[in-house]
Amino acid sequence: MTERADKTIELRVLRYNPEADEKPHHQSFTVPYTSDMSVLQGLQWIKDTVDGSLTYRWSCRMAICGSCGMMINAEPKLACHTLLRDLAPGPVTVEPLNHFPIERDLVVTVDDFVKKIESVTPWLIPKHPKPVSEGPYNQTPAQLAAYENFSACINCMLCYAACPQYGENPKFIGPAAMAILQRYDGDSRDGGSALRIDAVHGEDGVWGCTAVGACSDVCPKAVDPMHAVNQNKMNTALDYFLRFLKKRDAK
Amino acid sequence: MEHIEADILILGAGGAGLRAAIAAAEAAPGLSIALVSKVYPMRSHTVAAEGGSAGVLKDTDSLQAHFDDTVSGGDWLCEQDVVEFFVEHCTPEMIQLEHWGCPWSRKPDGDIAVRRFGGMKIARTWFAADRTGFHILHTLFQTAMKYPSIKRLDEFFCTDLLVDDGRAQGAVLLSLSTGEFTAVTARAVIIATGGAGRVYPQNTNGGIVTGDGMALAFRHGVPLRDLEFMQYHPTCMPGSGVLFTEGARGEGGFLRNKDGYRYLQDYGLGPALPEPRNKFMELGPRDRLSQAFWHEERKGRTVETPHGAAVLLDLTHLGRDKIIERLPQIYDLAKDYMGVDAAEQPIPVRPAVHYTMGGILVDGRTAAPLPGLYAAGECSSVGIHGANRLGSNSLAELSVFGRVAGEQAAAFAQGSSNGDTGRLLDQARAAESRALALLNRQGKGERHTALRDEMTAAMERGCGIYRLGDETQQTCDTLADLKKRYADVTLDDHNRVWNTDWTTAIELGFQLDVAEAIAYSALDRKESRGAHQRLDGYENRDDERYLAHSLAHYRDGAAPEITYAPVTITKSTPGQRAYGEAGVKLEEAKHKHD
Ligand SMILES: Cc1cc2nc3c(=O)[nH]c(=O)nc-3n(C[C@H](O)[C@H](O)[C@H](O)COP(=O)(O)OP(=O)(O)OC[C@H]3O[C@@H](n4cnc5c(N)ncnc54)[C@H](O)[C@@H]3O)c2cc1C
Ligand code: SF4
Ligand code: FES
Repeated sequence: MTERADKTIELRVLRYNPEADEKPHHQSFTVPYTSDMSVLQGLQWIKDTVDGSLTYRWSCRMAICGSCGMMINAEPKLACHTLLRDLAPGPVTVEPLNHFPIERDLVVTVDDFVKKIESVTPWLIPKHPKPVSEGPYNQTPAQLAAYENFSACINCMLCYAACPQYGENPKFIGPAAMAILQRYDGDSRDGGSALRIDAVHGEDGVWGCTAVGACSDVCPKAVDPMHAVNQNKMNTALDYFLRFLKKRDAK
Repeated sequence: MEHIEADILILGAGGAGLRAAIAAAEAAPGLSIALVSKVYPMRSHTVAAEGGSAGVLKDTDSLQAHFDDTVSGGDWLCEQDVVEFFVEHCTPEMIQLEHWGCPWSRKPDGDIAVRRFGGMKIARTWFAADRTGFHILHTLFQTAMKYPSIKRLDEFFCTDLLVDDGRAQGAVLLSLSTGEFTAVTARAVIIATGGAGRVYPQNTNGGIVTGDGMALAFRHGVPLRDLEFMQYHPTCMPGSGVLFTEGARGEGGFLRNKDGYRYLQDYGLGPALPEPRNKFMELGPRDRLSQAFWHEERKGRTVETPHGAAVLLDLTHLGRDKIIERLPQIYDLAKDYMGVDAAEQPIPVRPAVHYTMGGILVDGRTAAPLPGLYAAGECSSVGIHGANRLGSNSLAELSVFGRVAGEQAAAFAQGSSNGDTGRLLDQARAAESRALALLNRQGKGERHTALRDEMTAAMERGCGIYRLGDETQQTCDTLADLKKRYADVTLDDHNRVWNTDWTTAIELGFQLDVAEAIAYSALDRKESRGAHQRLDGYENRDDERYLAHSLAHYRDGAAPEITYAPVTITKSTPGQRAYGEAGVKLEEAKHKHD
């Protein structure tokens, strides 16, 4: 009863096994596909039936866990949300995300990205702390809307793979971490922006951005990290200015 | 082998594991906590939950009403004292998440908004747009970064528990990025490894939902309770099983068969009103809706898709604007994957496995019968879901009981002494050798992926929406055969770094044990209740014999043994579960009685 997969498409997958290969190389697989199959399902077909050593991350299959980012025809994409039928007749190149060290095949190192998130103090620091017994904070839909899209980041790292600045300087804080920072700074319940200011205007902070905007173009969740970077630039500029005024007044 | 000493070890960093870690860190800041996950925590499957999380909020609502919906929804197989504790703690936990930043959706005045959900009489489901689980998970993940005592071990895969001197004292981990083993010893262990839905072919679960923690506890003598109750969600994508949230029906979507007929009215859920109404028609409980599909398929009234039979989820009458505004995810899923424009055409859907009601036996405070071991979240059976979970009770569960587990484990760790490290490390090395034996097995044996496909097909056939004794028996036989063949599988990949061929094969070992527990529990329960429905002479609920929890006990090299334990009843005597017009009549009769 299953739809017969009578069409095929060639996937040219980057392979790299640190225990055997000196450097990465491409390997071609001819994959039978149906109209509803994603690139991820193509990779799964290879792994299940042709070569069990093909290595990639995945879990949810529905574009929300952020595991399956990779370069598909040289663009950063979620493999579970990219359909083979849209890439026909092929061939399709499938490679690990740009700008990250490769661990094996399509798996790149994520630790540094997570450390960047940790570095922006990514938790709510209540403006007016109160115990749970006093109930929820009030937040109007407009106040929610001020940060809501920044809170939708699935940590897929596609924006880092698209960011030329991150490609040149891996220390650059980068788009998603800035969006997460702005997610808290922009939250009406939060009073912690002073603690996050160093992450913003430090040497590898927001000023590293050259406003190319590629991050927002590739983001699968319309987070618009570029906008977060801009807001932070404005805030830091303002902050500098205020500090300058304070210093002057103190004199 | 590397050795890490911790005070508390938590296996799993989804909603339940993260909540436990934060609770332990707050209760006992001096204790060290090792938090282990086979994926980065924010990839855990809590991320996929869309609908929302229960907690009584409205003035017109009450804890009693939440209790009643939960217990009757569970077909009276719930531990009622635990449900009482649960409903009391849901709302404070939702507020706690709010204080940590969870972006709950709001009413125009800035107060929390709640929505309707299937099986809940009154709107009490807190939601964060159509991404509730995602927001809960990321809120907990980022909040957990605040506590220096939580040491994360991301992308570490647990292959075994360390049990010595009659108590749980640690675990053996495989680092995915290096392929090397680490032993973690601890004075208390919490399992929070999620459900087991991927033992079925079509399911809404992520690839990681393979029942690992259930199998680990089971193998170490902890019974698995009520595992025959597997929830099917009625509206999923044929083939992949990806979920179309209940919200589609809450907004007024219809389910039609191939003749365009709203068939649910033939199954005690009518009358077919044009507007959505709680507990009627499309907003009936999940088990009933899935069962109705099964009958329609046998009557030949379903449509054929490339991936088998389906019925039609019709949203067209809602209009394009409303669909795009209220149900953007559904609209995109249908369009992107199936090429269906939901504003123009109905979406083919079918039931797929969604939730594991049963799990690791624990008491009402998350303690397993093995001292030092706790379990929380979908892997556990704390007793609130009974024979059928209500949507939005499980996100609440992982918050309420994740916290309890963290606090209990902290107290236990503070009150107990360190174990015998030498013996624990010997055990860890033995576990490492077993895992390496699979990695290094030579020759051209069967592929584990082929065995997996046979397992999932057998589960669908013998432990599906309806169970027939002889088919379930065949499933048990197939599983026994697969376990024999599993002992000889060989891998394609013999490397150490990032060997997912290896970890998937180990997961299949876990899955086969859990699948057996499901199948034997189903075979033994000769009645119909909640998600366990039989058509071979046991069509009715039999409170005399089966108002009892099943317990599956592991036996090495043999089928699990099934025993039964009593159900705690505090204030709701078993009654009839009725929905639609029949449900209204039943309510009226009850109120006359009161
Ligand atoms: C599509 C979908 C929608 C849902 N919608 C709702 C909803 O609207 N409302 C609701 O209440 N419920 C919903 N549910 C159910 C609910 O989301 C889950 O029950 C709940 O999130 C499970 O959380 P958990 O913390 O127990 O497990 P998970 O979030 O699955 O986390 C399990 C953790 O264990 C780790 N782990 C597992 N095995 C190992 C191992 N061997 N070694 C190391 N780590 C391991 C994983 O890495 C992960 O971190 C939904 C479920 C699905 C699938
Ligand atoms: S900002 Fe967008 S592209 Fe970047 S990590 Fe978040 S979701 Fe992915
Ligand atoms: S598998 Fe989760 S985002 Fe693709």
